[in-house]
Amino acid sequence: MSKPLALRTLVRERHPLARADTQRATIDGVPGVTPFAARVEATGRGALRRGALRVMQINVGKLCNQTCKHCHVDAGPDRREVMSWATMEACLRALDACPTITTLDITGGAPEMNPHFQALVRAARARGKHVIDRCNLTILAAPGYAGLADFFAEQRVEIVASLPSVLADRTDAQRGDGVFEKSIAAMRLLNERGYGRSSGGETGDLRLNLVYNPTGAFLPGNQASLEADYRRTLRERHGVEFDRLYTITNLPISRFLEYLERSGNLAEYMRQLHAAFNPATLDGLMCRETLSVGWDGRLFDCDFNQMLELAVEGPLPRHINDFADGAFADAAIATGQHCYGCTAGSGSSCGGALL
Amino acid sequence: MSNYYESSDLAKFGEIGKAAPELGRKFFEYYNAVFAEGALSEREKALIALAVAHAVQCPYCIDAYTRASLEKGSNLEQMTEAVHVSAAIRGGAALVHGVQMRTLAEKISM
Repeated sequence: MSKPLALRTLVRERHPLARADTQRATIDGVPGVTPFAARVEATGRGALRRGALRVMQINVGKLCNQTCKHCHVDAGPDRREVMSWATMEACLRALDACPTITTLDITGGAPEMNPHFQALVRAARARGKHVIDRCNLTILAAPGYAGLADFFAEQRVEIVASLPSVLADRTDAQRGDGVFEKSIAAMRLLNERGYGRSSGGETGDLRLNLVYNPTGAFLPGNQASLEADYRRTLRERHGVEFDRLYTITNLPISRFLEYLERSGNLAEYMRQLHAAFNPATLDGLMCRETLSVGWDGRLFDCDFNQMLELAVEGPLPRHINDFADGAFADAAIATGQHCYGCTAGSGSSCGGALL
Repeated sequence: MSNYYESSDLAKFGEIGKAAPELGRKFFEYYNAVFAEGALSEREKALIALAVAHAVQCPYCIDAYTRASLEKGSNLEQMTEAVHVSAAIRGGAALVHGVQMRTLAEKISM
């Protein structure tokens, strides 16, 4: 087993892979992996293009109370990039301008650490938008965040929370010592407020969905099977409930890329993704209906492209201030070798497996 | 053939059906059905396969079911216990034959 990275961000370590261009060059340099765009073309379906916008995913900042080893954002307590209220207002104007966007998906970092987080949620809910918070669970027990669970319930926010294993050792190995126990405690807080009860036959609309992502250089197992295993184990051992489990493949970006390289797994992992390429995943890829907004307002096709600084292609608005409804209709999607992560096996998205 | 075992051969497992496609198809259809979620979960089946892989000492199977066990959510403690189940059965199988040895030895001894 490779030596664990100290709980510091790549930026703080001044690691070469803190730079997006170094990351792109590193994954592009893995031999034996066909360029992704060529692999898509070879399926005969043509290049990836957008459909209608359905989801605005905002990364409100890289500040986080955790420093998970696989984080593709390189988030952590030392990061200071957080979205300003002025940029959030531009996002809200874009929501007003584009009625097909029904969901605001808020991610980070720990999104809740952005000082304007709650105002953004309220503003989006007031517009009738479905709001998703990508939550690390431990923030619910962090100093200064009491009342967060009540706020989520009051605003009917859907929680999508990372829990990579139902076993404490594997969760803590990825996310930090003690994270598993704190996560279970946070799930209890949410359950007490009515979250995660749909599996018991109740029809509440307070959704608590969990995310499984592999705790190493391997692909996720079958989503339905893992969900059944999670439900049984979490209920029997910990007395907590959730709605759905999403399996998400780790993409070779930022700290997960650093792990792959340091542990000697990069080439094999890329070849695994390449070998598992499944054309049936292409139509459901989230980049086809998602607009990704960076903390500084820049626009991308997805959060992964955002971290690799792979800007939207062609004559499209590059910043949320310039957003116009219809501008992204049928636009080409920027891709790279990391895209093999979303097209491997059953596929992967922020909403779990695609097939 | 420089080595009897090549790790890259694991990915070629499916090619075994080339010379006898119908038998290959039947085998893989059965194989996939065996490992599907049933009365036992996929994770439990992967742990059983991991234990059997050690009993039959198949390096391909150990590779495949170490990965499968991790993918399906097992940890190293559970996987090590599975290997001990294998070791206990193999060791126990040798030892229980000691009864046969004792029976014969006693029969032919004065």
